Amino acid sequence: MSTQPTVGKPVSRLEGKLKVTGAAKYAAEYDVPGLLHGYVVNSTITKGKIVRVDTGRAKAVNGVIEVITHQNRPKLAWFDLQYTDMDAPPGVVFKPLYDAEIKYNGQPVALVVATDFETARYAATLVSFEYEEEPFETCLDNNLEKARDAKKGFATILRPPPPKPTGDFEGAFKNAPVKVESEYWHGVEHHNPIELFATTTVYEGDGKLTIYDKTQGTINNQVFVANVFGLHFKDVRILAPFVGGAFGSGLRPQYQLFLCVMAALLLKRNVRVVLDRKQMFSFSHRPQSVQRTRFSTDENGKLTGLNHSAVSETSQFEDYTEQVVAWSHKLYPAPNTLFEYKLVPLDVHTPIDMRAPGGVTAMHAIECTMDQLAYKLNLDPLEFRLRNYAETDPSTQKPFTSKALRECYQKGAEKFGWQKRNPTPGSTIRRNKLVGYGMATGMWDAYQFPARMEAMITKEGKLVLNNAVTDIGTGTLTVMSQIAADELGLPLEDVTFNYGDSKKPFSMFQGGSSVTASTGVAIVVAAKTLKKKLFKKAAGIKNSPIAGASEEDVIFKDGNIYLRNDPTAYVSFKDIISLNNGRAIETTNMGAPDVLNLRKYSKAAHSATFVEVEVDKDLKIITVTRAVTAVAAGKIINPKTARSQILGSMVWGISKALHEETIMDEKLGKYINTNLGEYHIPVHADIHELDVIFADEKDTLINELGVKGVGEIGLVAVPAAIANAVYHATGTRITKLPIHFDELL
Amino acid sequence: MIGISLNVNQHQYHIQVSPWVSLLDALRDHLKLTGTKKGCDHGQCGACTVLCDDRRILSCLTLAVMKNGANITTIEGISGENELHPLQQSFIDHDAFQCGYCTPGQICSAVSLLKEGKAKTREEVKELMSGNLCRCGANMGIIDAIMEVKERGLYE
Ligand code: FES
Ligand code: FES
Repeated sequence: MSTQPTVGKPVSRLEGKLKVTGAAKYAAEYDVPGLLHGYVVNSTITKGKIVRVDTGRAKAVNGVIEVITHQNRPKLAWFDLQYTDMDAPPGVVFKPLYDAEIKYNGQPVALVVATDFETARYAATLVSFEYEEEPFETCLDNNLEKARDAKKGFATILRPPPPKPTGDFEGAFKNAPVKVESEYWHGVEHHNPIELFATTTVYEGDGKLTIYDKTQGTINNQVFVANVFGLHFKDVRILAPFVGGAFGSGLRPQYQLFLCVMAALLLKRNVRVVLDRKQMFSFSHRPQSVQRTRFSTDENGKLTGLNHSAVSETSQFEDYTEQVVAWSHKLYPAPNTLFEYKLVPLDVHTPIDMRAPGGVTAMHAIECTMDQLAYKLNLDPLEFRLRNYAETDPSTQKPFTSKALRECYQKGAEKFGWQKRNPTPGSTIRRNKLVGYGMATGMWDAYQFPARMEAMITKEGKLVLNNAVTDIGTGTLTVMSQIAADELGLPLEDVTFNYGDSKKPFSMFQGGSSVTASTGVAIVVAAKTLKKKLFKKAAGIKNSPIAGASEEDVIFKDGNIYLRNDPTAYVSFKDIISLNNGRAIETTNMGAPDVLNLRKYSKAAHSATFVEVEVDKDLKIITVTRAVTAVAAGKIINPKTARSQILGSMVWGISKALHEETIMDEKLGKYINTNLGEYHIPVHADIHELDVIFADEKDTLINELGVKGVGEIGLVAVPAAIANAVYHATGTRITKLPIHFDELL
Repeated sequence: MIGISLNVNQHQYHIQVSPWVSLLDALRDHLKLTGTKKGCDHGQCGACTVLCDDRRILSCLTLAVMKNGANITTIEGISGENELHPLQQSFIDHDAFQCGYCTPGQICSAVSLLKEGKAKTREEVKELMSGNLCRCGANMGIIDAIMEVKERGLYE
């Protein structure tokens, strides 16, 4: 049987067997000889200086090899710039163990290295610090008057400041017949992948290191380690073949990597550092933010004014920004707009991207405001959105490369049964539960970054691909193998995609739903060259069955090059290689977005989420009983793994709307629910019927594959849809996330 | 240090451990059986679930010395040499994981859940699997995978 295309087929994860048998190895699971274990000590104050360090008791413990603090750490890179990474916001990077200064609570202040984990952990409790405390600010609400514009820098290319105002918003809003003004709030969230952050550094000697690290960017961390420790770039190898979830937390090198490498170099030994769950709350988070919206319409429900302003927290040392306020005008046309975005620096660690950064924050405010307007206008919320449907991007006047949002609305509503909705809040009752329907729109960018792909046909006639990208659970291995198999007409078994290794050709970090486009396009480009090379060789063989044919006359299938109109005439890949003296035919190519052409368009993935909630009449406990998310994200390479991405995102949406939040004790400047018992995420019993629909969105403009990425688009609309459903069920509008039942009592 | 013997996946191991070493660390660090995962180290995530004399336990809340002489089954021993346990296959079929880090714990927990026979309905399965967190949000797939094995009676 000849090879069938795999793109568009629900192929099961290729690494599935390794994951269900426990054979998949994560960063802390590499067994290397003479391994030492490091345990981190964290500051117990929020701001100030270390004035005295006592490591004596810890060092006296049998099995302790070294206790590293700022006082005895090895020499480090001098310039701040050397600590920077591809995702570093403008500012000065936090440098662990650099000096006596404490910048945030939980800052790493020492690493205890011992022959075994238990000893290191015990000895860590014996390291004592004396601090000189200084007053600190960790409360966003109390410091809103300090809000200021964000600094600009390299990383802000992807996060431009808010667009300029258009029209006259204040005038339009003042005179508008229908308007809504409200404020939205959500707390700090921590990524909390189930795998703890960990690094195993193998000290190879001669200044060479092999590092198993939990990261979303092998090359990003390689560059960081080489720069900070003054090593040759080529001598640092970061491996991350399996990553137990990251959701953004692995976009920047985290401190366990730094400390682990530092210890390995100092002691010239193999070292592992694993954080504990509490420490998972000591670096980077989704920033809390306060948003204000003022939207207005005319009598017919056409939007006339959009004003969205947001204030988010950042650290005192870096200006982390998100794209929060510009989304409404990419979604809905309005002649008068006003957008503002400001930061309040607090004594906390710098935030970092967390699944759908900015987008999910924004969409909560935008889509709940839209819901409020729909009630004011006496319009069905879906009808209201359709009245304001944008065929072209209202903020730039440019056409979209594709936009099947209308299909999302329609298919989602149909599957959900939206038309059964009784518009009056609190009108639907099932047993002792108030039933509410809510919907919201979602939007996410369609990023593509440059990537380099090495591709070769081996002497067995098989395809091998090499790229540094990670697979953090997204399905990258499977999806890339599918793309490659189809490009060369090979069965999936004949494709090997090597990844998660900084030694392989360049890939950006895995973030922003960019990998399928970035790495996938690099495969397409490399495959084209590879096919050209194979064809040339095949046609040049003495008495070649395809001699005289042009490239258009042949097809690549089943490891052969056939004449299109005479399938009996072919040359096999194996023959080509053997006539090439057994040497693989290979190529390395760069895939990159077609920036010039894409400049003429707007590009985005869209979604629509429909949610049913039940709210207990007496106890007000909220349950998401069912939800449908329809997604328009271009071509879906693998509907099975893509569906899981959307389902996972929907669970995240439920979590954000009803469960998760990191709580700060403002008196101590310290997060207090730093464990999975008190940092609530949904358990199986919280998750009910979830449905995913993919709109048939053909996009020939966005990239060679027509893909947009599905890592985040499934999340953005969900929290707003839930909040809207809670309103519909109860008649109470809660504008703060997560929504707790006590707010309804 | 205390000498203990553990029967893990039908292999007899004799190890020297400090009395405070958890069964989880004994498995991962001493026996190099890293299929059992550490997600919190204090009983809140379920990633470290193993079977002890056929019952599911949290190996992070169990001291290794408490299990001297016990029979432990980890994810590495759930199936025979070259075949998958029906639950393992079902997890693959239903795409019941993304990053895979919670997966060994989910599967061990589910193996025991089916044997316990307490959970009759999908709701009960969800409830009795709720000690196993999945941050990737593969919850639907996980429960679908378990329900299929349960409904088809593919477990002993
Ligand atoms: S590691 Fe044992 S329950 Fe989390
Ligand atoms: S599959 Fe990643 S935590 Fe469950």
